[in-house]
Amino acid sequence: MNIVVCVKYVPDATADRKFEDDYTVDRVGVDGLLSELDEYAVEQALQFREKREGEDIEITALTVGPEKAVDAVRKALQMGADKGVHVVDDAIAGSDYIATSLVLAKAIEKVGADLVVCGMASTDASGSVVPAMLAERLGMPQVTLASVIESQGDQVRIKRDNEGSTEVIGATLPIVLSVTDQSGEARYPSFKGIMAAKKKPLETFSLSDLGVDAGQVGLSVAWSQVEDTTERPPRTAGEIVTDEDGSGADALVGFLASKKFI
Amino acid sequence: MSEVLVVIDHADGEVKKPTYELLTIARRLGEPSAVFFGSPDQGDAVAEKVKKYGAEKVYVVDDAQIKGYLVAPKAEALQQLAEKSSPAAILLPSTFENKEVAGRLAIKLGSGLITDAVDVAEGGVTTQSVFAGNYTVQAKVTQGTPIITVKPNSAAPEEAAGAGAVEAFAATVSDVAKTAQIVATQPRQSTGRPELTEAAIVVSGGRGTGGNFESVEGFADSLGAAVGASRAAVDSGWMPHAFQVGQTGKTVSPQLYVANGISGAIQHRAGMQTSKTIVAVNKDPEAPIFELVDFGVVGDLHTVLPAATDKVKERKG
Ligand SMILES: Cc1cc2nc3c(=O)[nH]c(=O)nc-3n(C[C@H](O)[C@H](O)[C@H](O)COP(=O)(O)OP(=O)(O)OC[C@H]3O[C@@H](n4cnc5c(N)ncnc54)[C@H](O)[C@@H]3O)c2cc1C
Ligand SMILES: Nc1ncnc2c1ncn2[C@@H]1O[C@H](COP(=O)(O)O)[C@@H](O)[C@H]1O
Repeated sequence: MNIVVCVKYVPDATADRKFEDDYTVDRVGVDGLLSELDEYAVEQALQFREKREGEDIEITALTVGPEKAVDAVRKALQMGADKGVHVVDDAIAGSDYIATSLVLAKAIEKVGADLVVCGMASTDASGSVVPAMLAERLGMPQVTLASVIESQGDQVRIKRDNEGSTEVIGATLPIVLSVTDQSGEARYPSFKGIMAAKKKPLETFSLSDLGVDAGQVGLSVAWSQVEDTTERPPRTAGEIVTDEDGSGADALVGFLASKKFI
Repeated sequence: MSEVLVVIDHADGEVKKPTYELLTIARRLGEPSAVFFGSPDQGDAVAEKVKKYGAEKVYVVDDAQIKGYLVAPKAEALQQLAEKSSPAAILLPSTFENKEVAGRLAIKLGSGLITDAVDVAEGGVTTQSVFAGNYTVQAKVTQGTPIITVKPNSAAPEEAAGAGAVEAFAATVSDVAKTAQIVATQPRQSTGRPELTEAAIVVSGGRGTGGNFESVEGFADSLGAAVGASRAAVDSGWMPHAFQVGQTGKTVSPQLYVANGISGAIQHRAGMQTSKTIVAVNKDPEAPIFELVDFGVVGDLHTVLPAATDKVKERKG
């Protein structure tokens, strides 16, 4: 069985994230890493395999992104994935969801997958749309936003928190699965895992390797275009009081009343 | 004028406020046609409500073939509706489910997609708040029919009389769209408080509550507010995940957000930074949340909040 985990290389959320002059996300000037939410995807792929002793399961970590994005694949290999695929091509820069999902889908088809695992959202774009788009493109059932995953044979069941309800979703492999940060903490790479990762196969594909025409992707053909970005002005420093014998509650209620919240 | 499809947000026929916000926004782009996925018996009642906010047409899509499966059938139905009505834009309330519907629809229609807009101006220029609220981005769909998901509280609903003409729409759902089956649904119990994403006031608690949410809930109730929680509080099992505010929980943008015993991590900020007024109660004067606040109290939430609750009640009489 083949499992493909989609892992994205994102700018560190705790660093100063910025935009380039062409309004694309600065993916070079800011330290990047494997999107934390995709660690949960790697974790669930590994657990899926661990629960199926004796089955021959290969886990491929796949990323679409610039040179440095290979770091995201490396981390997944350190955690326990078997091989890596990095799709890199200058033409991809500035791609939107539609183009990114196209490239991912083509790469998944090339590798072959019985199970595609994604994170619930990328921590930079946070669209939570790529997994649904992959299901659409690959013609596979969409089993997304799972907090609990169970499987037996080719049957998969997940628990999904919706707006007003919790649902159980069932489907038959092959599927596209996305998992939330409620699905269970991701493991840290062990020293052994880090050493082993260095010897694991890592393939690099260009668009032409995937049979994708460069004119179908990238900033110039984006289906939506950013016209402007503005840094939010820092909030003006507010009033801070220290509570002493109930003075805090008085001041708080006074503030709320002055703003007409009471 | 072209139609603008607006997907109605509702719970069993009970239309929710974001629908009215969306209809208000849709009028800037064309003539709103509301799309109701639900039981046809509720169609007329729903139409009565949405026509007050300018819905000229109300497409009633019987969801008998749709509701048993995840996301894909809705995307198919909307594709068929779009092909019939050639809309100027398609607007959906920005929930996780609708974003997924929008994603699939974008591929089906070969159309551009913009998620989590906090505003849409005439001409279709959207505003989004990104990087945990540190940037705003103006964008526009440049290919196909703009598909835009819009966050709650993005516009003040404005009434406008529409014809509200009900039109039944029979969608054809393919077999491929029926492969992810909803095996069971458990509705969440109502708390009796306002819905987190729609509330004008949100009062949240974090690890600093120590697991006792009584002071937070009491204060929330005195203000008629919704209750929220940080992930630390959710991970500790003190509050259900549905209450989580932040990157992997709900994004809220209320008039007033009160953070209690919450340090203000970037992932929490991502879900509340666009609130109009921010207040915090925290023991630690160095807590990063104080960088965001309009008003802050350095103190123990378990003493400050109960006292404040009494004072609010006194004022309200
Ligand atoms: C991928 C990812 C996604 C995440 N998503 C989210 C998310 O959606 N939402 C979210 O909230 N977090 C999220 N987090 C977690 C986030 O990084 C923080 O760990 C979390 O927000 C901390 O919660 P807290 O502020 O309640 O706890 P802490 O950071 O522990 O802060 C507790 C605060 O309470 C104060 N305090 C203690 N006792 C009292 C008292 N008696 N009275 C008053 N104050 C007191 C302390 O001074 C402290 O400031 C995410 C993290 C990751 C990596
Ligand atoms: N460029 C990419 N490379 C690999 N995986 C991606 C990429 N973009 C998105 N994904 C996957 O899709 C999920 C959702 O992303 P998004 O829709 O951007 O929020 C992520 O958690 C990843 O698993």
